[in-house]
Amino acid sequence: MIYKKRLQGILIAGSVAIATPVFADTPSAAMLSNTCAGCHGTNGNSHGPATPTIAGISSEYFIEAMQQYKSGERPATIMGRIAKGYSEEEIKLMAGYFATQKMVRAAQEIDSSMAKKGMKMHEKYCEKCHEDGGRSSEDDAGILAGQWMPYLHYTMSDFLDGKREMPKKMKKKVEELQAKGGGDAVDALIQFYGSQK
Amino acid sequence: MSNFNRRDFLKLSGGAAALASGLGFSSFAIGGAKKKVVVVGGGIGGATAAKYIRMADASIEVTVIEPNANYHTCFMSNEVLGGERSIDSIRFGYAGLQAHGVNVVQDSVTAIDANARTVTTAGGKSFSYDRCIVSPGVDFRYEAIEGYDSTVAESIPHAWKAGPQTVTLRKQLEAMKDGGTVVITSPPNPFRCPPGPYERASLIAHYLKQHKPKSKVIILDAKGSFAKQGLFIAGWEKHYGYNSDNAMIEWHGTPDGSKDNVLQSVDAKSRTAKTEFNTISADVLNVIPAQKAGKIAFIAGLTNDSGWCPVDLKTFESTIHKNIHVIGDSAVQSPMPKSGYAANSEAKVCAAAVVALLNEMATPQPSYVNTCYSVIAPGDAISVAAVYDYGEVMDKEGKPTGKMGIRSVKGAGGLTPGYADTTMDMRAREELYAHSWFKNITHDVFG
Repeated sequence: MIYKKRLQGILIAGSVAIATPVFADTPSAAMLSNTCAGCHGTNGNSHGPATPTIAGISSEYFIEAMQQYKSGERPATIMGRIAKGYSEEEIKLMAGYFATQKMVRAAQEIDSSMAKKGMKMHEKYCEKCHEDGGRSSEDDAGILAGQWMPYLHYTMSDFLDGKREMPKKMKKKVEELQAKGGGDAVDALIQFYGSQK
Repeated sequence: MSNFNRRDFLKLSGGAAALASGLGFSSFAIGGAKKKVVVVGGGIGGATAAKYIRMADASIEVTVIEPNANYHTCFMSNEVLGGERSIDSIRFGYAGLQAHGVNVVQDSVTAIDANARTVTTAGGKSFSYDRCIVSPGVDFRYEAIEGYDSTVAESIPHAWKAGPQTVTLRKQLEAMKDGGTVVITSPPNPFRCPPGPYERASLIAHYLKQHKPKSKVIILDAKGSFAKQGLFIAGWEKHYGYNSDNAMIEWHGTPDGSKDNVLQSVDAKSRTAKTEFNTISADVLNVIPAQKAGKIAFIAGLTNDSGWCPVDLKTFESTIHKNIHVIGDSAVQSPMPKSGYAANSEAKVCAAAVVALLNEMATPQPSYVNTCYSVIAPGDAISVAAVYDYGEVMDKEGKPTGKMGIRSVKGAGGLTPGYADTTMDMRAREELYAHSWFKNITHDVFG
């Protein structure tokens, strides 16, 4: 598998290689990414109500999510079964594709007083990693601003029920949020992210 | 400018580049005429192909010829029958395609001439093409059922193409008395939407349970087994008393080698369905006939003895007629099922191949996907998924066959876990994801 190693080398070295097929057997990034559109929307912009938008998310986040779906580390209804259908190379190609798509933030019905409270919670407990009001897609953080709220609810309930492991820093902050923010703190946060344009 | 021909113009203006850069003579086109694609059928396959060709190469002129002004999706039409969804919510127009620069013509294709590369319509029009994409969906083998044809189907609906018949069947269910019997006859393989008849039974039973609890649904099935069978039966036991004295769903199959519950005849007056094993008079009768490729595929000579269209699975080009591609339910696309999502996925592979061929480039390596959601009851949905690639097909023993085709990627895909291995919260999520799939795929096709 010399080819495989070389491909990984190229992909790690730079994103230039992503745009062109490396060898004939691997479909192009666009070909692979088009298979996601039925559930995640054309070019990864979801029309909701629950499937998340994946346009604009960082390569790092996409790859980690797909690996965790593959291994079962991240709970899922269907994504575990789907993720297993793609090789590491293919996942990297798709990651590169979606990272360059422009995210369209979801238009959702918002409880504005909850969103207001959520903004304060965000600034206090979340902004350090989920920068720019949850808009950041710089690193391994998913885009939260303008994401579909039912998806955010599912994600948070999996974290809180212990079905999915939180990163250490997140765990500490979420515990603080729950202890000091009141019973509706998580819901308020989700309303805040959902309200972001 | 009367003596000023195109050649002179190109000389004066510095050639093709200047012509292309906005002088407004777009009808001249570069290097010969503009490339033309004609798409026959504006369903899931046809509409997706048209849109994705335009997205990839806006210099290609794409015309979709479709007899109806709107398309009703077959998927989610069972929720209309169950009263959970309006018929309007599954109706889509073609304004979205037009916004992508697709020429949409409301007409019926009556002939495709593969040698002259022309498509003719009932409206007397003729369209020339460089590549034609045929996506006509399924047609019904009425001849296999005595006493049933397209006229009878208006009162004893198949509702296997959504639209007016979906509304008729819903009205019949609403008018039925409590204690009535609904009979669904399920067709032999292969047919459009393999889990569809069983989702239909589920959602009709859900409606009856709420409004007419003494009623029941009987499925007379031409097969010995069906898609997602274990999950459906567990769901029917949970929600509809399956296998009990108060069962609201009964399933009568046809073991291999027998013809037990293959529908033989229908008596329209008494709404009676007759198989070798059962003769049942129904209050509401839903006949889903055996199927074959859409009519135009036969007229154009694109079908083989199976009644479906053989294609090269890398490009979906017909193996019978060059320059004509067949996608969706009419194509032989095994192991992919005849589903809406499969048609959408095949259309994208076909669109990429057509764009490459028209630009004299190598056809791309395909990637395909399918997911079929079924709702057993509100809050309880299941799915089957698969990811496919293209390569050498192996036989059952895993030995190479030398034939290229679609392969289900090993270790991926499969079914929703049974109740013992999941939670109702996850089943409810599947329902919301099913509805999300519906929103997204319909935007992907028609938006």
